[in-house]
Amino acid sequence: MSAEVVFYLLAGFAVVSALLCITQRNIIASAMWLVSTMFSLSGIYVLLNAQFIAAIQVLVYAGAVMVLFLFVIMLLNVGRGGTDLRGAPVRLVAMLVGGALLAQLFLLGRVTPGGMAVLRGAAGGAGSPMASFPAGQLALTAPASQGVVGAIAEPLFRQYLVPFELTSILLLAAAVGAVVLAKRKL
Amino acid sequence: MTLSLIQAAAPAPAPAGAVGWVWLAVALPLAGFLVNGWLALKRPGAKTAVSAVGAGVLLAAFAVAAAVFVQLRAVPPESPLIVSLWRWIPSGSLDIRFAFQVDQLSTVMLLVVTGVGSLIHLFSIGYMRSDPGYARYFSYLNLFVAFMLVLVLGASLPVLFVGWEGVGLCSYLLIGFWFQDQANADAGKKAFLMNRIGDFGVLIAMFILWWTLRSLDFVTIAERAPVRLAAGGAGITAITLFLFLGCTGKSAQIPLYTWLPDAMAGPTPVSALIHAATMVTAGVYLVARTSTLFAMAPVSSAIVAGVGAFTALYAASIGLRQYDIKKVLAYSTVSQLGYMFLAVGTGAYVAGVFHLVTHAFFKALLFLGAGSVIHAMHHAYHATHSHEDAQDMRNMGGLRRAMPWTFVLMLIATLAIAGIPPFAGFFSKDEILAAAFGRGASQPVWYLYWAMGVLAALMTAFYMMRLMAMTFLGESRLGAAEREHVHEAPWSMTGPLLVLGGLTVAGGLLNLPAFAGGHEPLERWLEPVLARANEIMPLAMPHGQTEWLLIGGAVAIAVVGLLLGWRLTLARTILPAREAPPDTGFSLVLFRKYYIDEIYNGLIVRPLVAISRYVLWKGVDQGLIDGLGANGSAGLARGLGWVGSRLQSGQLGFYVVVFLLGAVWLLRAMAR
Amino acid sequence: MLLGPSLLLSALLFTIGVAGVMLRRNAIVLFMCVELMLNAVNLTFVAFSQVLGLGGQVIVFFVMTVAAAEAAVGLAIILAVFRHTRSVDLKNINLLQG
Repeated sequence: MSAEVVFYLLAGFAVVSALLCITQRNIIASAMWLVSTMFSLSGIYVLLNAQFIAAIQVLVYAGAVMVLFLFVIMLLNVGRGGTDLRGAPVRLVAMLVGGALLAQLFLLGRVTPGGMAVLRGAAGGAGSPMASFPAGQLALTAPASQGVVGAIAEPLFRQYLVPFELTSILLLAAAVGAVVLAKRKL
Repeated sequence: MTLSLIQAAAPAPAPAGAVGWVWLAVALPLAGFLVNGWLALKRPGAKTAVSAVGAGVLLAAFAVAAAVFVQLRAVPPESPLIVSLWRWIPSGSLDIRFAFQVDQLSTVMLLVVTGVGSLIHLFSIGYMRSDPGYARYFSYLNLFVAFMLVLVLGASLPVLFVGWEGVGLCSYLLIGFWFQDQANADAGKKAFLMNRIGDFGVLIAMFILWWTLRSLDFVTIAERAPVRLAAGGAGITAITLFLFLGCTGKSAQIPLYTWLPDAMAGPTPVSALIHAATMVTAGVYLVARTSTLFAMAPVSSAIVAGVGAFTALYAASIGLRQYDIKKVLAYSTVSQLGYMFLAVGTGAYVAGVFHLVTHAFFKALLFLGAGSVIHAMHHAYHATHSHEDAQDMRNMGGLRRAMPWTFVLMLIATLAIAGIPPFAGFFSKDEILAAAFGRGASQPVWYLYWAMGVLAALMTAFYMMRLMAMTFLGESRLGAAEREHVHEAPWSMTGPLLVLGGLTVAGGLLNLPAFAGGHEPLERWLEPVLARANEIMPLAMPHGQTEWLLIGGAVAIAVVGLLLGWRLTLARTILPAREAPPDTGFSLVLFRKYYIDEIYNGLIVRPLVAISRYVLWKGVDQGLIDGLGANGSAGLARGLGWVGSRLQSGQLGFYVVVFLLGAVWLLRAMAR
Repeated sequence: MLLGPSLLLSALLFTIGVAGVMLRRNAIVLFMCVELMLNAVNLTFVAFSQVLGLGGQVIVFFVMTVAAAEAAVGLAIILAVFRHTRSVDLKNINLLQG
C-alpha cells in the first residue's frame, strides 16, 4: 500500500480515538483512547521520516505519561458514576468555539511545499520545489549517514545544548515539586 | 516694609515726616491685639500687663495721629497724600496696592477714632476689672481699632472694605463677649448677618465701579467719574445706591438697623466705642469719601437724605417708650445717624462730618455715663443678692445724690444732644437742618425732610430728658439695702468722662458758624477734599432772617422738649420693673418697636430657613448631591464591580473557556 | 509530501482537544485533553521538519520532556486539591472566586 493510504488510515484512527477520548464517561476508557491516539500518531511519525520521535512517543508519552495518569486515576478512585460533561449552554459554546477554531486553522493549513517555495521566492520551477529547502534535504538524508539517533543527536548537542541542559534542571524542579505537592505532611 | 510714596494726580510734596509713619497707627493696635491675645491664652490673670499694652498702644496711636494732624495743618495738601505699603492684588489690569490715603478728612477720622478710643480704653480698665475675660476684651478692642483705622485710612475701596469687614468681625466678637448666654451670642450673630447684607451692596458697587471706571482708588474714581459717567444716569445711581445699602447695614439705618438695639448685649464701653462713636459712623464716612459720586447722582442723594430723615424720626419715636437705659441710647444713636445721612444726602458733607464728631463726643459720654450707672447698680444688686435688672430705668431714680459727677456730665451731654447752645450738638444739628431747609427751595421734598428732622429733634429732647429724670431725678426706687451700696464710679472711670465732657462743651468751636462769630474752621479744613462735590451739587444755605428764624425755632423746640420730658416723666409715680404694669395701646407698639423684629422674622427669616432646610438641604444636598453624586457614583462603582466580580467565579472551567475564546480571537487577528 | 494533510490532521486533533477542555468537568480528563493538544502540535512540528530541517524534531523532543514534567506536577496538584475537597470535579474547585 502506498504511504498515503496508510496515512489516511492512521489519521482516521487518530481522529476517532480522539473523539471517543473526549466523550467517554469512564475515565479509564478515556485514558485508553488517548493511548490509542498516541499510537496512531506514532505511526504517522514513521511515515514522516521521524523514526526516533516515533519511538520516543511510544516510550515517553504512551509509556510513562499515560501510565502516570492511570496511576493517579486509580489512586483517587474516581471515574465512577455520574456524567461529568458540562451542561447544555457550555456544549453550545464549545461547538461554536471549536468550529471557529477549526475554520481558522483550515485557512492556515492549506500549505504545500510548492506554495511555500513560492513564498520563499524560489525562481521558476527549476527542479523539485524541495530544492529551495536545503535543510529539509539534509533531514531526509541524514539518517542514512548518521543513523536515526545520530541525526537528532547532532543538532541536540551542538546548537541546542543550552536548552538541553536547562531542560534537565526543569525536570529536577518538576520532580521535587511533584514530591512536595503530593506529600501529606511537609 | 518699604515705603514707596506714589504721587497722586496733581504733584504734591512728597510726604515726609509724620505722614510717612501713619501706618504705625494701624500697626500699634494690631500689635496690641497680638500681645493681648497671647496673654489671654497663656496668662489671663496678668491684668496690669494687659491694661498697659491695651491702653498704651491706643495712646501711642493717638500720638501718631496728632503728629500727622500737626504736619497737615502746617502744609495742607491740595490732593491726598498716598502712603503705599505693598502690592496687594496684581491681577492683570487690576492692580490694587495696600495703600493709605492721608488727607484732611481721614485725619479728622483718625483723631476721633484714636482719641475717643483711648478714652474708652482707659474707662474699660476700671469697668471690666472684675471680668475673667479681661485680656480677651482688650485684644478684641485693639483689633477693632486697627481695623477701623484701616477703614478710614484706606486709599481705595478694597482696602476700605478690609477694614469694613474687620470691624464687622470685631463687632460680632465683642457683642457676643459674654457668649455663655445664648441671647448674647444670638445678638452678635444678628449683627454680623445684617452687616453682610449691606456688604453685598458694597461689593456690587465695587464691581460696577470697576466695570465702568476701571479703577477702585478714591482719587482716580473722583477724577474719572464726572468724565466717563453721565450725571444722574443709571450707572452712577446704581453705584451710589448699592454703596448706600452697605451704609444702611453698617450705620444702622432703615431697613438694616435692627441689630443695633440688640447689640447692647455687649459690654457698655463696647457700645460706646463701636456702636456710637466709630463703627457706625463708617457709613457716613464712606458717603463723604465718595462725595463726588453722590453729588453726581441726585436721585440717590435724595434717597439717602430721605432714609436718614425718616430713620431719625422713626428711631426717636421708639426711644420714647424704652425702659432699658442702653436701649434708649441705642435708638438715639440710630436717630442721630439718620441726621448725619440727612446731611450728606443734602450735600452738606461738612455738616455731616461735624455732627459725626460732636456725636462721638456726647454719645460716648452718654454711654460711658450709663456704664457707670449700670456698674453701680450691679454692685448694689450684687451686694444684696438681688436678681433685678440693673439696666432698667424703672429700678433707678434719685441717683444724682449718689453719683453727682456722672449726673452733671450726663446732663451736659443731654443738653448737647437736644441742641441747646453753646454745647456741641446745637451747632452741628442746626447746620444740618438749615441745609435741608435751604435745599427745599429748589426741591420741595426737602421741606418734608426738614419737618421730619425737626419733629425728631423734639422727640430727642423729650426722651433724653425722660432718661435723665427716670435715672437721676425724683425718688429712688431702689430698696434701702441697695441704696447704701450705690456710689460714684472710681476716678479711672470718671476721668475719661470729664475729658469727654470738656469736648462736648467745646466741640462747637470746631465749626463755629459766622452768626456766632466763628470762621467755620472745619469747613475750611475739609474744603480741598469736598471741592469737586460742592461744584457739582452746591449747597444753598439760608441767610439773614430765615437763618435766625430757624435757629430760634430749633432752640425753642429743644427747650420745649426738655421741659416736657422732665415734667411729664415725673408727673406720675414710676413703679419698679417687677411691679410695673405692661404698656397698652400705642405705647405698647412703641415699646415693641413697631413689631419690626417679628415682621422681619415672619417675612424673611422663616421663609429663608424653610427654603434652606427643605429645598437646599433635603432636596439638593441630600437628594441630589449625596444621593446622585456621592452615593450614586459609589453605587455605580459597586455595580460595575459586581459585574466584574462575576467574571471571577473561581470555576476553572469557566476560566478555560474564556481563555480559549481569547486564543481564538488572537488567532483571528493574526490570520489577517 | 504529506505536509498538507498532516497539518489538517493536526488542526483537527487540536480542535478536538479544545472542545474536550471546554466540555469536561473532570480535572484529570481535562488534563488529558491538554495532552492531546500537545500531541497535535508535535505533529505539526514533525511535518514541517521535512521541509525546514531537523530543528523541528529537536523541538518535539523538548516538548515531550516538558509535557512529561508538566504532567507530573499537574497531577500532584490535582492530588493535593483532592485531599482538600475530596473530588476532582471542577465545579468544586472555586476558591479563586473573587
